[in-house]
Amino acid sequence: MQTARDLKGYKKEIQGALENDFLRSAMDKFAVAYPASRARAFAGIDVPSLVAEIAAIKDANLARLDQLLAEFTRHAEACGVKVHLAEDAEAANRIIAEIAHAGGAHRIVKSKSMTAEETLLNHHLEAEGLEVVETDLGEWIIQLRHEGPSHMVMPAIHLSRHQVADLFSEVTRTRQDAEIERLVKVSRRELRARYVEADMGITGANFAIADTGAIGITTNEGNARLVATLPRIHVALMGIDKLVSTLTDALRINRALPRNATGQKITSYVTWITGPVACAAGPEGRKEMHIVFLDNGRRALARDPIFAQVLRCVRCGACANVCPVYRMVGGHQYGHIYIGAIGLILTYFFHGRDKARNLVQNCINCGACKAVCAAGIDLPHLIKEIHTRIQDETGHPLQSSMLAKVLANRGLFHRLLRAARVAQKPITGGTPYLRHLPMIFSKEQNFRVLPAIAEVPFRDRWPVLRPRVERPRWRVALFSGCVQDFVHPEQLEAGLKSMEGLGVRVEFPMGQSCCGLPAQMMGEKEAARRVAIQNMAAMATERCDYIVTLCASCASHLTHGYPKLFTEGTEEKRLAQAFSAKVITFSRFLSEVVKIGPEHFGPAVGVKTTYHAPCHLCRGLEEHEAPKALIKAAGMDFAPAAEEETCCGFGGTYSSKFPTISAQILELKLADIERTGAAVLVTECPGCVMQLRGGAKRAGMPLKVLHLAEALAEARAPADK
Amino acid sequence: MPSRETLVTEFTARAEEVSAVVSTVASIDAALDHVVDLCVGKDACQWLLAGCEAPLSAPAENLCATVAAKVLAAPGLAEDLRDRLAQRCRANGIHLVEGSLRQRLGGIDIGLTFADAGIAETGTLVIDSSDEETRLATMISEVHVAILPAGKIVATADDLAVPLGQALARPGNFTAFITGASRTADIERVLAIGVHGPLALHILILED
Repeated sequence: MQTARDLKGYKKEIQGALENDFLRSAMDKFAVAYPASRARAFAGIDVPSLVAEIAAIKDANLARLDQLLAEFTRHAEACGVKVHLAEDAEAANRIIAEIAHAGGAHRIVKSKSMTAEETLLNHHLEAEGLEVVETDLGEWIIQLRHEGPSHMVMPAIHLSRHQVADLFSEVTRTRQDAEIERLVKVSRRELRARYVEADMGITGANFAIADTGAIGITTNEGNARLVATLPRIHVALMGIDKLVSTLTDALRINRALPRNATGQKITSYVTWITGPVACAAGPEGRKEMHIVFLDNGRRALARDPIFAQVLRCVRCGACANVCPVYRMVGGHQYGHIYIGAIGLILTYFFHGRDKARNLVQNCINCGACKAVCAAGIDLPHLIKEIHTRIQDETGHPLQSSMLAKVLANRGLFHRLLRAARVAQKPITGGTPYLRHLPMIFSKEQNFRVLPAIAEVPFRDRWPVLRPRVERPRWRVALFSGCVQDFVHPEQLEAGLKSMEGLGVRVEFPMGQSCCGLPAQMMGEKEAARRVAIQNMAAMATERCDYIVTLCASCASHLTHGYPKLFTEGTEEKRLAQAFSAKVITFSRFLSEVVKIGPEHFGPAVGVKTTYHAPCHLCRGLEEHEAPKALIKAAGMDFAPAAEEETCCGFGGTYSSKFPTISAQILELKLADIERTGAAVLVTECPGCVMQLRGGAKRAGMPLKVLHLAEALAEARAPADK
Repeated sequence: MPSRETLVTEFTARAEEVSAVVSTVASIDAALDHVVDLCVGKDACQWLLAGCEAPLSAPAENLCATVAAKVLAAPGLAEDLRDRLAQRCRANGIHLVEGSLRQRLGGIDIGLTFADAGIAETGTLVIDSSDEETRLATMISEVHVAILPAGKIVATADDLAVPLGQALARPGNFTAFITGASRTADIERVLAIGVHGPLALHILILED
């Protein structure tokens, strides 16, 4: 839960999480194990099609929520269920307490429901003098510890067996050993007694099926079955977004839900209940059954043109499973009640701006969540949208609005960069690195060596470098991005060198500036829009076949970010789409357009080389192969890294905002690279180069970190030039 | 449409993947023999698996005391089958539950049920559990044994959409998909079998 008053307080809490060794090692193990088990569970299934299908099912259902609710209610009430609609959390809690009071129920057993966490139901019921016992093992543990969940599916993932043993020793007043198998049995027997005593059972539900009035519940432990069977009253609480039209919809979603959540093909139990079931303890041998639908802003959200898609969420928790930041800080610092990427967004809508404003800044924008989402929700984009929205509502922080002003004015931005080059001289000591950090950076930035601003930016070298190609096969406009232009111009030079003699005519339009992604990352959407308009005009799209960039982040932002900046139907939107269609990454251009092969390179040198996939390349642009194909074609001995596609921790402005998280992500990344035994690390984004080269240097690793262009330029055969 | 043999093979492999014990039986009598043998062969301390040796709080211990002899429940069995099972139980000193399982919530040794269908893709049993006794037998038994006629195995859950849709349209319906024994990974993500439900699931695939 979020209690921090400001970003400073939030960072302090994060530091606590980073220093929790158990949490860190538990999270690491999970992060490494999850992708493999997920892949096994999905074997033989066309995942992108299934995700698209689920997105379409959810969208269609969300568009007619009110009808579905009416249809569900009609069917369920015909079976004898009382259906309730709660406007907000407080109403849901009140309704459920009233059901208990009216039914003379005092003891309640509960199975897992994120919706009940959302409404803080237990607190309310306890305040009303009712006894509530969570029966899901993880939920019981955190209930006993008075904590919120740290994961939607594995709520107690932050705790060790020793902590659980201590807790269970207290509960049973008998010393319990820290042996997992035994601790599980303790919960089995302690809780069995609770089911027997209870007069009311509360469950959540994964599906509410409109055409029959049935609900579907998935669990592994089997506790929801007991909760829904033994007590005489059954209350099922769920968000109205759980409504689907038919059983077929539910079965579709359930194909992905367990596979994405825990890498299981199906959960141990899937329970389908239609109305009050036979129950010897109930009046006339039947249950008293209530279904409580929670709105809490969902119906308004379903009509929101930008955010409606967040209601597609099926609560699998996969966005947390793959998030590099979640892996570092755990769920209590990466959500309020809902956890992970979806949690950052839902917190704003369900628990308010104050709980969300620090959280939404803690997205590194690596896109791992979007790539894994069972419902195809564009999570990183929506997190940025919330960030922007919060800044628009509460005022932009000085640092962020300054950056926005500077970026939106290319002349000013470039003048400042040139001035910074002069100012840094005393601290570089003539090396290409900032040896002592300048004042604007804190000590926390010291986990990697940062490169200095180049003596001469690429744009000033261009008149000399400009290649003369008489009869070009391809006309290319080079988009440098600010990092390569001003910090790493040698990467662009290497890019030109690796394209020599291949019939590529390159132009470097001088009016180009920063791509605008940093502004977007800071929640400065208006500045991002203005920069985009300038760049689109500068690049003179009509005069080139391709816009090539050597920066994966720029490429991804130019391709997917630009069209999203403008409203449908506007001239800018049309321009952005035409512009985006011409953008291509360096590796894809060489590999798929120019079709460069081993014949273009000198004799193989066979240096053991590994590859780091930039987030914005592998997920942002779904490019998984081209850079590796080029590494192999150039004669390097390719050694894949186990976590090739895991973020390096840079994230542009992220690493300066959350340096301690960035540093730990980098540490893991370098350890993974070290395990390959490679002497050279190649990647295709100047930001990743900066982070990885600086980190390797700081750690004293004998690793050569190269941009792909540099590696290729070195390997091009002299005869070919 | 995959052959029956393919479906049985696939079902068996997937069910075993989630720790179900799958056997093939040639006849219903063989199935009953199997169940009784299983009960007889079950560990002398029937609570061992359930954590009997672990010290507990007083109310939990008290519930434990309601358990007496080895107990088998087979709700919903047709009368002649029930007679055949009762005979076998008597011969082997097993108590076959007559009344409601609500009197035995501390647990029983074996719950025997028939499965209405099997889903090969996931090794899942589909059991109409609208009857409370059937529901309880599959929840409070230490070992759940399900007899699944081979001909009732389908490839995927989608193949059951029609009959399942009809079942869901019936008021008071409770249909259970059961895949393996009850499990959790809530402590340190270490898989532990047998939380609130059965500690083991045995599936007897009945040949025609």
